[in-house]
Amino acid sequence: MAPLLLVEDLRTYYVGFGGTRVVKAVDGVSFSVEAGETFGLVGESGCGKTTTCHAIVRLLAPSARIVSGRIELEGEDLVPKSQGEMRRIRGRRIATILQDPMASLDPLFSIYDQVAEPAYYHQGLRGRSLRVRVKQLLDAVRIPSPELRMKDYPHQMSGGMRQRIVGAIAQAGGPRIIIADEPTTNLDVTIQLQYLNLLKDLQRATGVALIFVTHNLGIVAKMCDRVGVMYAGKIVEMQSVRGLFYRPRHPYTRALLDSIPKLGVREALCGIPGQPPDLADLPRGCSFHPRCPRAVDRCLDEEPKSHALNGDGSVRCWLPIGEPAANG
Amino acid sequence: MASPLLEVHDVQKHFPIGGSLFGAKRALVKAVDGISFTIDTGETLGLVGESGCGKTTTSKLVLAAETPTAGRIEFEGRDVAQLKGPQRQDYRRKVQVVFQDPYSSLSPRMRVGDIIAEPVRAHERLSSADVRARVTELLELVGFRPDVARLFPHEFSGGQRQRLAIARALSTNARLVVLDEPVSALDVSIRAHIIALLESLQARLAVSYLFIAHDLAAVAHLSQRTAVMYLGKLVEVAESLELCARPLHPYTKALYAASLPSHPDEAREEIVLAGEVPSAIDPPRGCHFHPRCPFAMPRCLEQEPALVELSPGHRVACHLY
Repeated sequence: MAPLLLVEDLRTYYVGFGGTRVVKAVDGVSFSVEAGETFGLVGESGCGKTTTCHAIVRLLAPSARIVSGRIELEGEDLVPKSQGEMRRIRGRRIATILQDPMASLDPLFSIYDQVAEPAYYHQGLRGRSLRVRVKQLLDAVRIPSPELRMKDYPHQMSGGMRQRIVGAIAQAGGPRIIIADEPTTNLDVTIQLQYLNLLKDLQRATGVALIFVTHNLGIVAKMCDRVGVMYAGKIVEMQSVRGLFYRPRHPYTRALLDSIPKLGVREALCGIPGQPPDLADLPRGCSFHPRCPRAVDRCLDEEPKSHALNGDGSVRCWLPIGEPAANG
Repeated sequence: MASPLLEVHDVQKHFPIGGSLFGAKRALVKAVDGISFTIDTGETLGLVGESGCGKTTTSKLVLAAETPTAGRIEFEGRDVAQLKGPQRQDYRRKVQVVFQDPYSSLSPRMRVGDIIAEPVRAHERLSSADVRARVTELLELVGFRPDVARLFPHEFSGGQRQRLAIARALSTNARLVVLDEPVSALDVSIRAHIIALLESLQARLAVSYLFIAHDLAAVAHLSQRTAVMYLGKLVEVAESLELCARPLHPYTKALYAASLPSHPDEAREEIVLAGEVPSAIDPPRGCHFHPRCPFAMPRCLEQEPALVELSPGHRVACHLY
């Protein structure tokens, strides 16, 4: 059976200065998401995770181009679709939750108007049934006394509540997949836990698939089934969440795991030397080689291809961890 | 025992808000409502809590950017509020700060060398050659080559800027550096470097830190002791590893339970707190935490718990103990 969402060799570049500067933000990304699954996309700022999401829902900046690749939703390629056609897909089949709830809610419309909008357009609900639906959605995201609060405006709500409203809006059109781009970055830890549990409950109730974009490996450990680690526009390692934490294969993944402090353990932290590369001027060969402790001559010249790991997943490295020195 | 470097005695800071021309009743935001703590020479005290709990107001009080409504702050045995003239300037020299966002805390129009030299020029009478030598020394201390002094901040990444901000904070031989969420704005791989740098600088210079953060793991890593703040009050203070292992206050327990697992199979007792932090304008009667507390008793609604020492160095404000 075809996966719910299939992204194949997606390349999205930002082109500036009359074509003289090309930023390869997404450079050959492939992954798939099954119904009801949570796929994590992890990486540091500027690695292309947000551009990947924006390309899927086609909300890219004007300077960005999808250069090549396929994005198949339930077997249907989205890349050739017009914006008009995409408008009937966004909200109805794919929804998004963005990082800053104050920027994704319109301050001039009531909560009711904003939660009702996708249900109105995508599910054709009107009048009483629309009102009932909005109440259900607000109930599902645990807004206390929804009948009263739906008349409020975003500024009357706290940060955590606003983000729950955004969650309700994402659900409103009945999507099969929700892309959550760092949804809890602006929330306090206790509120973050509330929100993550809420998303899990919603997923259990509706069977929606989630793409979770984050730089926080703790969120990955809590939420995701499978994970893709992005570096410089490419997925360098893809594995099940347990595989990733217990047997990371790419040196970058290993380094990321080593740079998070663990509660109650005072061991030396190792960061990653150097800086993430400039996406407009990538190093030759493997983009990670200038920061990689395992780099060999080959890494400087030849870009590693993605190769499958036995079991599940893939890694892009000439010398993955836990493998005898590569032959050839 | 020598007296601690910084002693904060029952300090309060209330901000009046609202009120009208005709003298309608004004409300008070009790941002900091009677907190006490000490920091020893060469020690790091972590201060954790959610947004709006008064962490930043506390840091401003320590920096003498705000004057306390009540209570006393003592530095090297002297009351900070009484310091005048040169003594006050000396306090400002010895207590420095590193802010969260290195993009807004470094002037984009100044060269790195001038940014770091500015506090030195303000506080010490040195020849320009000596100032240059100091800048070179500081840049090397935080891991730069000396020739970056002529560059501008925009030529640096976030983590590098934060290192410049640390160099500036240390430029006048500060005894206490307030670190206000110094790693929150940085990527994980860079965070680890900054934390390791702060650690090694402390070991070399015996400087003290007040480390304010909401990342509990980072706080536990860097600080010897941790204080937990909720709605303007300290609810628990203990040695950091002890606090991780045996949190006593229900709020501390919930905070630790809410921090994310470090691997997928980590079993963790989850305490999901209902609701959100109430407003500091009209905090709940009794224990401020009782509306969200899963163990609240009738007594908690009426009587405010005092911060009592249960075992050496472990203080908690809760009626359960």
